[in-house]
Amino acid sequence: MGVARYWREIPARYNLIGKKCQVCGKIYFPPRSICPTCRRKSIGKMEDYKLSGKGTVESYTIIYTPPPEFSDKVPYAIALIRMDEGCYLTGQIVDCDLEEIHIGMRVKACFRRIQEDGKRGAIYYGYKFRKV
Amino acid sequence: MVAIVSYGAYVPKYRIKVEEIARVWGRQAKSISAGLNVFEKSVPSIDEDTATIAVEAARKAVEHGGINAKEIGAIYVGSESHPYAVKPTATIVAEAIGATPDLTAADYEFACKAGTAGMQNCIALVNSGMIKYGMAIGVDVAQAAPGDALEYTAAAGGAAFIIGREGIAEINETVSFTTDTPDFWRREGQPYPGHGERFTGEPAYFRHIMSAAKLLMEKVGTKPSDYDYAVFHQPNGKFPVRVAKKLGFDKKQIEDGLLCPIIGNTYSGSTMLGLVAILDIAKPGQRILAVSYGSGAGSDAFDITVTDKIEGYERMKLKEMLNKKEYVDYATYMKFRGEFR
Repeated sequence: MGVARYWREIPARYNLIGKKCQVCGKIYFPPRSICPTCRRKSIGKMEDYKLSGKGTVESYTIIYTPPPEFSDKVPYAIALIRMDEGCYLTGQIVDCDLEEIHIGMRVKACFRRIQEDGKRGAIYYGYKFRKV
Repeated sequence: MVAIVSYGAYVPKYRIKVEEIARVWGRQAKSISAGLNVFEKSVPSIDEDTATIAVEAARKAVEHGGINAKEIGAIYVGSESHPYAVKPTATIVAEAIGATPDLTAADYEFACKAGTAGMQNCIALVNSGMIKYGMAIGVDVAQAAPGDALEYTAAAGGAAFIIGREGIAEINETVSFTTDTPDFWRREGQPYPGHGERFTGEPAYFRHIMSAAKLLMEKVGTKPSDYDYAVFHQPNGKFPVRVAKKLGFDKKQIEDGLLCPIIGNTYSGSTMLGLVAILDIAKPGQRILAVSYGSGAGSDAFDITVTDKIEGYERMKLKEMLNKKEYVDYATYMKFRGEFR
């Protein structure tokens, strides 16, 4: 991933900080610099907004053939989660039997190790989700 | 006055039984469990490490205390399993709880007592007026060589304490007892610690804990019967019981804080998690003695009185968290620990 990109995204990755359009009130995650609805009216009016971390599984899939950096974690679940603030994001579901995961399941964000740049490189942390 | 304002804890949900480890190494599980008074230990998941456990504990402390994280002026993370040799865990925690950038932060290492050393630093900083709140975390994903006696106990978990002027438990006094005693160590670049086997007992654990406890009780003018609860570092389930008896504490005073039999030795997390279990049930006015031990060697002792503020405080309920567990076999445990290199 590279340390500079990871560092830039730390507020979103650690603390789920997205953006709220001060014109229409819609919340975006990952953060956007312009609201696609309000367009030029939203310029300069997108404010940081911290999501509560609580959400509902909208859909999910079980990964058996992962990218190489996640090969030690298979099988694992990636879910599309509707956050309580209305925006959607994808995240891994941890500490849960795969059979237990279902659409409508309530989840909360937790802090986990996501990947690392090999044994000598940086370690990247961020959000995953666990069943409430 | 200085007090514990809030606290949080985190122990991973996975467990391995002593009998499963003994099965792999051809040992007698019953005699090991009886000898150590340990039956199972916590295991970090594949994506958990000292930093993730520290963040989970720290977030609970901030949330339960209703603290504005920007008012935390110092964060110290004590551990002997920091994910980086160079690059602080404390900055990861600070960022993840939203305390950056106006604070000081550092990682501590003093075998199993680095977390309580951080508590003492926070006490000093609050006392001096340099900071409003300080956070001290004791956390480990404890290392042990496969097949070593330590493998039956080396566990994962941690606790975070926020120290401030007023809070749920006043810290009346703290003292330390420190000497150069090489009972347990890990050399630079080595993945597993080494130890002096029986030498870790009398001249190390017992001498330091007893000296620190006696020093503290002498200073504040107390005797063992003045305390409602006591917690001592828990390298196994037997040492803390024996040290309590030697000092004149009875079983009732230590049983609530004794977690090692069910989660193992969480190294830097051990004494602090025991204190969490006690604060979870303590009533206003009750008095607690907490004494950590770090090999190398030293002990930090704390005399604590629970205040009325604990009544309205949302407690951690650590034992409920510990009851949500899932057992893994030895191969899964080794995979989770990243032992297949």
